[in-house]
Formats: sequence, C-alpha cells, structure tokens
Amino acid sequence: MKNRWEIAIGILGFLMLAVAHYIGLFVSPAEAMMGDVGRILYAHVPTAWVGLLTYLVAFIAAIGALLSGKAAWDALVEASVEVGLLLNAVLLIQGSLWAKPTWGVFWTWDPRLTTTAIMVVAFGVVLALRRQIDDPQRRLTISSVATIVAFVNVPIVYMSVKWWRTLHQNFSSPETVDPMMVIPLRLAAFGMLFISTAFVVRRWRIAMAGLRVDFEAPDLPAAPTPLKVED
Amino acid sequence: MSNSTSKNRRLALVGALAVAGAALAFISFGNIGENLVYYWDPGQLIAAGDKSIGATIRLGGVVKKDTIDWDPDRSELAFTVSDGVAEVNVHCTGAPPQMFREGIGVVVEGTMTKAGIFESSRLMVKHSNEYKAPEEGTSVEELYKTVEAL
Repeated sequence: MKNRWEIAIGILGFLMLAVAHYIGLFVSPAEAMMGDVGRILYAHVPTAWVGLLTYLVAFIAAIGALLSGKAAWDALVEASVEVGLLLNAVLLIQGSLWAKPTWGVFWTWDPRLTTTAIMVVAFGVVLALRRQIDDPQRRLTISSVATIVAFVNVPIVYMSVKWWRTLHQNFSSPETVDPMMVIPLRLAAFGMLFISTAFVVRRWRIAMAGLRVDFEAPDLPAAPTPLKVED
Repeated sequence: MSNSTSKNRRLALVGALAVAGAALAFISFGNIGENLVYYWDPGQLIAAGDKSIGATIRLGGVVKKDTIDWDPDRSELAFTVSDGVAEVNVHCTGAPPQMFREGIGVVVEGTMTKAGIFESSRLMVKHSNEYKAPEEGTSVEELYKTVEAL
C-alpha cells in the first residue's frame, strides 16, 4: 500500500493530540485569570499555527504550478488550500467560543479577527474559482495567481497583533507561558501538524486522480447535458 | 505543451508576486495604522474634545485601581480607564465579564457624553499574552466569583 505512511502519520497525529489534551485538561494547571476556559489554548494556538503553515504550502505550490504547469503542483494547491480553509474555519469557531467567556463577546472587528475572517473569504474564492473553470491550464494559472494574492494576507494576520492595537492577545512565548502549559501546547502543535499533513497528502491523491485525466486529455468533450423533457 | 502557455504562466507568476509584494509593502510600511485604529486611548479621546461627543467610539486602556463602583441591585458599573497619563470615567450597565478587575486591559464601545462620562454599551476585557498558573492556594471556583468580589 503506497498510502501506508500517510495513514501512520495521521494516526500518530491523533494519538499526540489525545495525549496533549489529556495533559492539557487534567494535568496542567488552570489559567490564573481565565480558569478552566484557558485550556482551549491547547486547541486554538496549534490550529492557528498549522493553518497558516498550510497556507504557506499552498503559496509554494502555486509558484511551483506556475513555473511547471504540472498537475502535481496544481493538485497540491487544491489540497492545501482546502485543508487550510478547514483549519481557518475551525480557528474562527474556537476563537469565538473562547472570546465569549473571557473577553465578553463572541466577535469584535479587531485587526486580528478581521484579517482572519478576510483570509477565509480569500481562500474560499480560490476554491470557488477552481470549480468554475473547466480548462485545466487556465484553472491552474488563475487559481495559482489567486492563491498568491490571497497569501498576502497570511503574514498580515500573523503580524496584526504586533502592528496594530487589538483586543486579541499579542504573541506569547515560552517565557510568557507556564512550563506546564508549554508541554501540551507543543505536543498538540505537532499532533495538528501530523494530522494536517496526512489530510493534505490524502486530499492531494484525490485531486490527482481527477486532474491527471484533465491534464492528459484537456480536449475531451464535456459531459453531455441531460435531456430536456418537453412539457 | 506550447510555448505560449508556459510564457503566459511565467507572466502570471511575475504579475502575481509583484501585486502581492506591493500590497504587503503598502500595508506594512504605509501608515494605515494611523488612520485605522481599533480603539483610542484616553489621551486621544480627550484630545479630540467636543468632536468625540455623540460618535460611536472604542476606548481602550487599563482599569484604574480603586475606581470600580459596582451596584449589583441596579446592575450598574462605573470605573476609570487610564493610559497611565490621561483618564476617562466610564459608565455601563450589566455584569462585566468574569476577568474584569482592577489593573486589567479593557476596550469599551460607546459614546462620550457632554458630562464627560463615557457611556459604554459593550465592555470587552483584554487578556495579556501571559498564561500563568493560579497562585498557590487559589481554587478554580474562586476565579468565577469576581463579580461578587467587586
């Protein structure tokens, strides 16, 4: 089985996540101001890190696709944008659930939250564009350009808490986080990284199955339109 | 593969990277931050003077020590927001979020009144980037009693 290693890395990721959240929920201390609610840190921060990293993969894949014109790079654009979008959506939901009991609101238009919401829309547009274009070379070119342009926002999302006044907390570092909280945070981050890697690889395989046919025979006639029944 | 498609792709790549680079440079080195702020600090609000009265504004700062006045019967809350130099008195209704306390960062949404009191309709509490364990001997349950402690 050629997909054995991706299944292995996915299972390893889930196990690491399970151990991380066990430590996070039962071993690590509650947060001094937020109490038990603060434990969502171990889910939220890894989702953010890995989500941004997945978009970075999409950006690199888009450059590769434009340089080579190959289906393999195009499939990686599709796979990584889709997994990145999933993590991005999960990130916003986790953030809202955390914000209500701590900040007092589910949502506010602060720079970090606003740019993260824009990120969902921008990469959502990339996927929508891919569904609209039938010619594989045109689809590759247009969706790769859209991915590169959408990626501009990713470093902005990351730096937003440094550049502007926000309600969202600034970067934390091991110096600002209790050592017993750093352990589950790191473990969960690698768990998320492995799971997402497995997802991207699996999604890449699925995309390849369709794109290989598209790229080899781009001039095949489109599927016939269903017969219309006259009434 | 024809030469024209690969040439088009290269052009698209150069174009996309140029647009992306220009957009990023504009946002990071331009002074967007000066025109687009999430909240004003008390100093800026006071400096705006009468212009600030009536407009919907976000005000951010730290809850000054010994200024919290919580009336549980009428569910009214008053406190002073400070940036270390300037101060603004804030009034709002409803119980504050659990993290609300002296010395914590807050962002309030509302309007400045002629009386010089900021009437807030939305109180948000800011958490710092420090995640600490509770002090020795504090139980988690006690953390949730902040409103009673006010």
